[in-house]
Amino acid sequence: MKKYVCSVCGFVYDPAKGDPENNIPAGTPFENLPDSWVCPVCGASKDQFEAE
Amino acid sequence: MFPVAIKDNVYWVGAIDWNIRDFHGYSTYKGTTYNAYLILDDKITLVDTVKYPFREELLNNIRQLIDPARIDYLIVNHVEMDHAGSVQYITDLVKPEKIFCSPMGQKNMLAYNLSPDYPYEVVKTGQSISLGKKTVQFIETRMLHWPDSMFSYLPQDKLLISSDAFGEHWATNERFDDQVDMAELMAHAAKYYANILLLYSPLVQKLLAEVQKLGLEIDMIAPDHGLIWRGNPGAIIQAYDRWSRQETAQKAVVIYDTMWHSTEKMAHAIVEGLTREDISTKLMNLKVNHRSEIMTEVLDAKAIICGSSTLNNNILPTMADILTYMKGLKPVNKIAAAFGSYGWSGEAVGQINQYFEEMKFTLASPGIKVLYGPNEADLQNCAALGQQIGRMIKEQVK
Repeated sequence: MKKYVCSVCGFVYDPAKGDPENNIPAGTPFENLPDSWVCPVCGASKDQFEAE
Repeated sequence: MFPVAIKDNVYWVGAIDWNIRDFHGYSTYKGTTYNAYLILDDKITLVDTVKYPFREELLNNIRQLIDPARIDYLIVNHVEMDHAGSVQYITDLVKPEKIFCSPMGQKNMLAYNLSPDYPYEVVKTGQSISLGKKTVQFIETRMLHWPDSMFSYLPQDKLLISSDAFGEHWATNERFDDQVDMAELMAHAAKYYANILLLYSPLVQKLLAEVQKLGLEIDMIAPDHGLIWRGNPGAIIQAYDRWSRQETAQKAVVIYDTMWHSTEKMAHAIVEGLTREDISTKLMNLKVNHRSEIMTEVLDAKAIICGSSTLNNNILPTMADILTYMKGLKPVNKIAAAFGSYGWSGEAVGQINQYFEEMKFTLASPGIKVLYGPNEADLQNCAALGQQIGRMIKEQVK
């Protein structure tokens, strides 16, 4: 599973870790994140992420 | 100092830092101010604090209006130390009923080791609180310039308290834009934008659109540094629109460092070529120009031309400094070229080009390398490069 980088702040979404603080379990691929999901650091929307 | 009324029952109560010359690597050769604002209403509200060493100045200003213990609410628009550095001190002293901050504001204050027991009240874009007669509406401005940043807007006063946006580092005893020289004020504001906000330009564009959509009537902008925009708040909004679109002028910046003046001679020849094409050009020697001054010139320049001799198979450390700094600030749509002298290996030009490629600049040429000292033909090549870039600028910037 690919990691994705936030183009605004540089946060890396690692599917292996998920985003447990925002109810995204470990093992969730980036593609499966809901459209409402935003960068947990800076709030950028999903479309502002790029594959690492 | 003393409190300054900026609106009915809204006061500037901040502090002036006349002596600071280095603000986390940004040259503040005319100092700065840390602005905080006190709103007198049924709920007495302090918006932001000041850098910790200035906390007594803040308190002294507040005391001239009210007993600080009467403060009910504290609004933290931004958790960076120059504004939130006294939050702990003020909170312990006045024990406010609530501390309003953005979701990231709370998270980041906890990460700065503030007590989890403080009465945080998280607010999001569009939320308002009533202070009695006045209302405060919040607008989150994530990454402008930290994740926690937000604006506080007072609709009854048409007053936008804008945290680090629209500010500048300039220590003055005047508090308003209409009391100072406008050209100097805009120069400080441009420097602030170029060095703090440039990389978030796409977000600035979004924010300006959002402010327009929210239909906020604004007749005063009170930032956390520098002057309050009272006479012409439109001027700074228009400037932010221009800067965030990264509009350029027919202008070039030639940045260089040199060991035995060979690279310097090349720099001068390039400037001569640009001058023949009537391009406004700044020649900036890295030994005497601070990186933040250089970035200010880069802001509206169309061409960035960098020269470095090769030292120990590398670019000079000063060139690495400015290129690293520039890359982080993400200027876009520039024409670029590299030059430099060398003795044996000559890696500098290639290394500078790599930075240019990472910044997606358009290379005007593969660059000019000269062994030891430039001869007449080499200098003519440099001047020709300057002229070529000058013509490119004129084609692309009307």
